[in-house]
Amino acid sequence: MLASKLILKCLEEQNVDTIFGYPGGALLPLYEAMRDSSIKHILVRNEQAAPHYASGYARISGKTGVCLATSGPGATNLVTGIATAYLDSIPLVAITGQVNTNLIGTDAFQEADITGATEPFTKHSYLVKDAKEIPRIIKEAFHIASTGRPGPVLIDIPRDIQLENVKNVERNPEMRIPGYKPNYIGHTGQIRRAIRKIKQSKRPVIYAGGGVKLSHAEKELLSFAEKNQIPVITSLMGIGAFPEDHPLYAGVVGSHGYDYSNAVMDEADLCICVAARMSDRGVAETQKNIEKAELIHIDIDPAEIGKNISETEVPIVGDARMVLAELLKKDLHTDTSEWLKRVDRLKRDIPVLYHPNLENGMTNPKLFFNGLSEITGEDTVLIADVGLNQIWAALHYPIIKDRKFFTSGGLGTMGYSIPAAAGAAFALGNVRGTDKEKHRELITVCGDGSFQMSMAELAVISLFGLDMTILVFKNGKLGMVRQLQHDTYGKDHYSGTDLDFDLNFESLADAYHLDYMRAKSTDEALEAYKKARQINGPVIIEVDVDQDFLKI
Amino acid sequence: MEHLKDTNSRRVLSLLVANNAGTLSRVSGLFSRRGYNIDALTVGTTEDEQISRMTITLSGDDAVLEQIIKQLYKLVDVIKIVELEKGSSLRRELVYIKVKANDETRSKIVNICNLFRANVVDVAPESLVLEIVGPGSKIEAFFDMIKPFGIIEFVRSGVTGLQRGKTHVAPAKKKLSMPED
Repeated sequence: MLASKLILKCLEEQNVDTIFGYPGGALLPLYEAMRDSSIKHILVRNEQAAPHYASGYARISGKTGVCLATSGPGATNLVTGIATAYLDSIPLVAITGQVNTNLIGTDAFQEADITGATEPFTKHSYLVKDAKEIPRIIKEAFHIASTGRPGPVLIDIPRDIQLENVKNVERNPEMRIPGYKPNYIGHTGQIRRAIRKIKQSKRPVIYAGGGVKLSHAEKELLSFAEKNQIPVITSLMGIGAFPEDHPLYAGVVGSHGYDYSNAVMDEADLCICVAARMSDRGVAETQKNIEKAELIHIDIDPAEIGKNISETEVPIVGDARMVLAELLKKDLHTDTSEWLKRVDRLKRDIPVLYHPNLENGMTNPKLFFNGLSEITGEDTVLIADVGLNQIWAALHYPIIKDRKFFTSGGLGTMGYSIPAAAGAAFALGNVRGTDKEKHRELITVCGDGSFQMSMAELAVISLFGLDMTILVFKNGKLGMVRQLQHDTYGKDHYSGTDLDFDLNFESLADAYHLDYMRAKSTDEALEAYKKARQINGPVIIEVDVDQDFLKI
Repeated sequence: MEHLKDTNSRRVLSLLVANNAGTLSRVSGLFSRRGYNIDALTVGTTEDEQISRMTITLSGDDAVLEQIIKQLYKLVDVIKIVELEKGSSLRRELVYIKVKANDETRSKIVNICNLFRANVVDVAPESLVLEIVGPGSKIEAFFDMIKPFGIIEFVRSGVTGLQRGKTHVAPAKKKLSMPED
């Protein structure tokens, strides 16, 4: 069998049904073999978007996303997307073509050392040197990407290897990764110590991160919080890990979180951190208190424990779902009624501000998201880009019931949302020719800055008639950086943050054969969305926001 | 020679790693990327051809060392890590020193070499090359004695070592406990 065929067979065996890719010289054999494969190939418009498609696909389907690019520039274009997936722990396998084996190291045409370039932000990578190893490498890559703390794995395959003829190759070989053994079960001694700490605590708080969603621990988290009456705060990545209409919900922590959530964190005497990294942004406002309060840190990645917060009283290395299930077995008899009253007080006393005075007759994004929540269904998927739009969406669109929210939280990659939403649409089956009733409501939110970073992908969205709404908050500025300039250097200290060009979204939508609406105010935006959600297919809504609405 | 002192913060790790292309760059890259100080790194084959052994000398306190070990373990190629602690391990380094020598000083230098069980491995009219193997403290003392004669250049192999007695760094048995679904 040709190695190129073998690669696709092995991918099929890993249940891969969709690949987001872009061909090139070093991938000619693989693309030739793809003609006979059951795997669907989606031709992206720039390799930079391919890992984001795969990421959105993975986040919805729960499977490992796959992206593909040719050698050299194709491969280097994947770099940001791979790093984005790494920082958000998204299971991803990136496959790259490479120049012929005998040309490696000669600076050949379209040669780039992609395993070297991606080494800091891949979980592991392979350069295939023997076609016989393909089954083992692909099996290992998918295993590594999807188990433990998920992440991207890269497989670099030279062109001549793809053309090799392999005979009698073992299709299901044993994996050879003795150094890879993620620990799922929490240490019983540490769990006992955690129980003691929780019992002793007067003001405990749960800090839930993205890992709760990755390990599907939402139910266990809810039961654990309810059973012991402990308030739950999430990180940006943890949004959706806990229902936001629950009485124990205490908001989003961090430099862009709610002020009251940071205040709650400040007063806690015990922080039970579940699968969060306690990143610099996450604990920016409360670092001192977290150092002062006692900390139980549950994470499947031992290196996260003690990395950002030096003193961890109880480290528990393990899977969030399994550890929470263990903790649920014990009756802790916690009495937190006083503390919960205090948390409610903080929630009331430190209100969320809506700044109606800043609207200037245009859309108030915060009120818009509140209103959007009334319109949208119980299982809506909302994907935010990076910038002001991201924080508005994260804080003002409540994730309740089966809703899902995600964004590029760790790396903060602008341009993430459009390809990620397209990948999500493929995973949801929101494609042309299928019933609207069977589609899940899908919204992507971006600014006019982030929109322009990925707008080439509109072609794919239009081509497949992906059923999704693209909300573009247009203020003609790079809002978040502009706000930082304002806050750091003072009024009018703006530099390089004016987009300075009046992009005609209507013509653009027309060029891509997309439905288009324009909304100048909050009410208009909500009305437009009501119409858009009736349409089976992609819609762009251009939403005007005043350039000085800089509050997040 | 302050930088050569075997201070308390100097630690030695012994790693068993998969003998793959790229393993060395993954390990060394991790140190530079995360801002850890690495003093020396040696790598060589083991009794198992699929596994290599690295000995890394680095400086840092317990917290730093713990984080380094955890980060190293995240590398799929890293199979096992132990710290080679002073009392319970053999830690040796090979050093070549090229020192100025003339008819007057040559015999003095040779005498010092004899005291330290160092060898003279090259003799030239105006220089000698000395070879010494030993733990950090011995090498440090030897340097102090040789320095007044005028060191032209030297090379250090970096520490390599093994645990004493029966203990050995065996690859860990695979223990994969998956969540039940």
